[in-house]
Amino acid sequence: MRTHSVKIDKSKCVGCTTCIKACPNEAIRVRERKAKILDQRCIDCGVCISICPHGAIRSFHAKRDILEKYKYTVVLPDQALFGQFTKVRDPNVILTALLDIGFDAVCEPAASAELIAQFAILDSANGSAKEEPTISSCCPTILRLIRMRFSDLIPQVVDTVIPIEHAAMIARDKAVLDTGLDPKDIGVIAIVPCPSQITEAIQPETLNESVIDDCIPIVDIYSELDAAIRKVTEPKKLSRTGRRGLTHGYSGGEATARKAYNFMAVDGIQNCIRMLEEIENGNIPEADYIELNACTCGCVGGSLCVGNPFNAKLRIKKMLSPLPEYGCSYDLSEEARERIQATKELEYLPAFLLDEDRSMAYEKLTMIHEIRRMLPGIDCGSCGAPSCNAFAEDIVQGKSKYTDCVFRRNKE
Amino acid sequence: MQDIVFRSEVDGNDYQRAGEASRHTKSALKRLGLPPEIIRRVGVCMYEGEINMVIHADGGTATLTVGIDKIVIELKDHGPGIPDIDLAMQEGWSTANTEAQTLGFGAGMGLPNMKRSSDEFKIDTVVGEGTTVTMTIYIK
Ligand SMILES: Nc1ncnc2c1ncn2[C@@H]1O[C@H](COP(=O)(O)OP(=O)(O)O)[C@@H](O)[C@H]1O
Ligand code: SF4
Ligand code: SF4
Ligand SMILES: [Mg+2]
Repeated sequence: MRTHSVKIDKSKCVGCTTCIKACPNEAIRVRERKAKILDQRCIDCGVCISICPHGAIRSFHAKRDILEKYKYTVVLPDQALFGQFTKVRDPNVILTALLDIGFDAVCEPAASAELIAQFAILDSANGSAKEEPTISSCCPTILRLIRMRFSDLIPQVVDTVIPIEHAAMIARDKAVLDTGLDPKDIGVIAIVPCPSQITEAIQPETLNESVIDDCIPIVDIYSELDAAIRKVTEPKKLSRTGRRGLTHGYSGGEATARKAYNFMAVDGIQNCIRMLEEIENGNIPEADYIELNACTCGCVGGSLCVGNPFNAKLRIKKMLSPLPEYGCSYDLSEEARERIQATKELEYLPAFLLDEDRSMAYEKLTMIHEIRRMLPGIDCGSCGAPSCNAFAEDIVQGKSKYTDCVFRRNKE
Repeated sequence: MQDIVFRSEVDGNDYQRAGEASRHTKSALKRLGLPPEIIRRVGVCMYEGEINMVIHADGGTATLTVGIDKIVIELKDHGPGIPDIDLAMQEGWSTANTEAQTLGFGAGMGLPNMKRSSDEFKIDTVVGEGTTVTMTIYIK
């Protein structure tokens, strides 16, 4: 069973069909006047959360009181968090405030991002890079999209873990060493910009088992953290991150950190889809690294962030200038390399497959074509499907009835 | 079992929409569970053929016929035709105008890539009448 963290609040949903067309993966239907997310199709991009005019789509995640579940907690602040607060120029202020509101330790995903980037630089110097153009693995939504719709591009995706997951592994080991506690009593908690990372924590794309215990959306912790930030007078020297790590908060940061000068950074899910189509067509001869972020501006544009992503990006940029290139000197041993390596290969997900049996699939596609010809083709959405084509597919799959189309109903 | 036929008219004046036909058919093929490598090859053939009809021939018709063991792609136009096929098939040879080049087309790799991506490749062309490119990809 695939899981995803985006859920409909039925009490708020009025069945207006706004979301079904906005979803880039045709993953929402309206049935009996309520929106329903198709589990197999949702890539957790969060577009529906941002677009629903009734606030009826939410991400499903841990509550703030989870801290009490553990004897010791380590917080992993996503890079996007650093762009959320006005007038904060020192990452240490935010990290100190995180301890002040109750976490026992911090571990920065940005430092993991720096380590991964350093290995990438080594690899490209050795010429041991991947098939070109190489596609970044930093956004879990993009990985899911590739698995469902662009599986032929899987060999081009880098096979390293997502920085926040690397940070989680490091954090737990260190916490066990520092406290002597049972790993079960240690909570490794991520503060995340998007539902995509919540799902990633539950069902990782590049790891065999999950390494993050709980996630808190940025928007849920924002006010409390903002208040704590205002009270910080003497920030503790906690940050181990330099410019190369923190830039990962916005689009283009990852590619820059890897010194992939000949890169393209694409942001926004529709742009990413278009770019993947182009790569598939063999039409990207000019770039050798392609960074894809589902959200506008990258993670600062995540649907669980606060405010305007362009502001957040500017704030991070300002924070970067006084920082060193790298926050610390990294362990570049073989052992360290193994830890950044994905332990699970990306596999094709048959979310759009009509039938396991090829000849049955052919038959269904033929039927879809025939039904499609009898529909008005105006994609009005009143049947509950995002397009006449998707509706025809739903009929053939036995999930909708012909008479759900108002035009057909009027004719009959 | 009967073949599935996709036919689309490709507008010769719309650079913006060039590639739409291949996009749509690719998304249908992905629903059949064909091997990714086959879909990719069909995509390249269809996309490059579609682009050629837009930039060199003022549009045409793209037809994709999906059988159980093979896929046939036919791109038919009533454009100027190709006077020298051997020359046109050379990597890097292009007569694309500057407008097309500004938009990133006209690298002269289309026909060679179509040939490379297909199992059978045929051009029928008559100067002044038009061009039909037919490609077959076998599903193993
Ligand atoms: N459908 C067509 N009609 C007329 N001429 C064509 C057609 N397709 C290709 N050509 C000619 O063949 C040349 C090479 O085509 P191609 O390899 O696709 O490169 P490009 O399209 O980048 O020029 C074109 O520049 C053009 O002169
Ligand atoms: S999160 Fe994205 S993929 Fe999932 S239902 Fe919402 S819009 Fe569709
Ligand atoms: S771009 Fe970043 S914030 Fe947006 S879905 Fe991907 S990982 Fe999450
Ligand atoms: Mg061409």
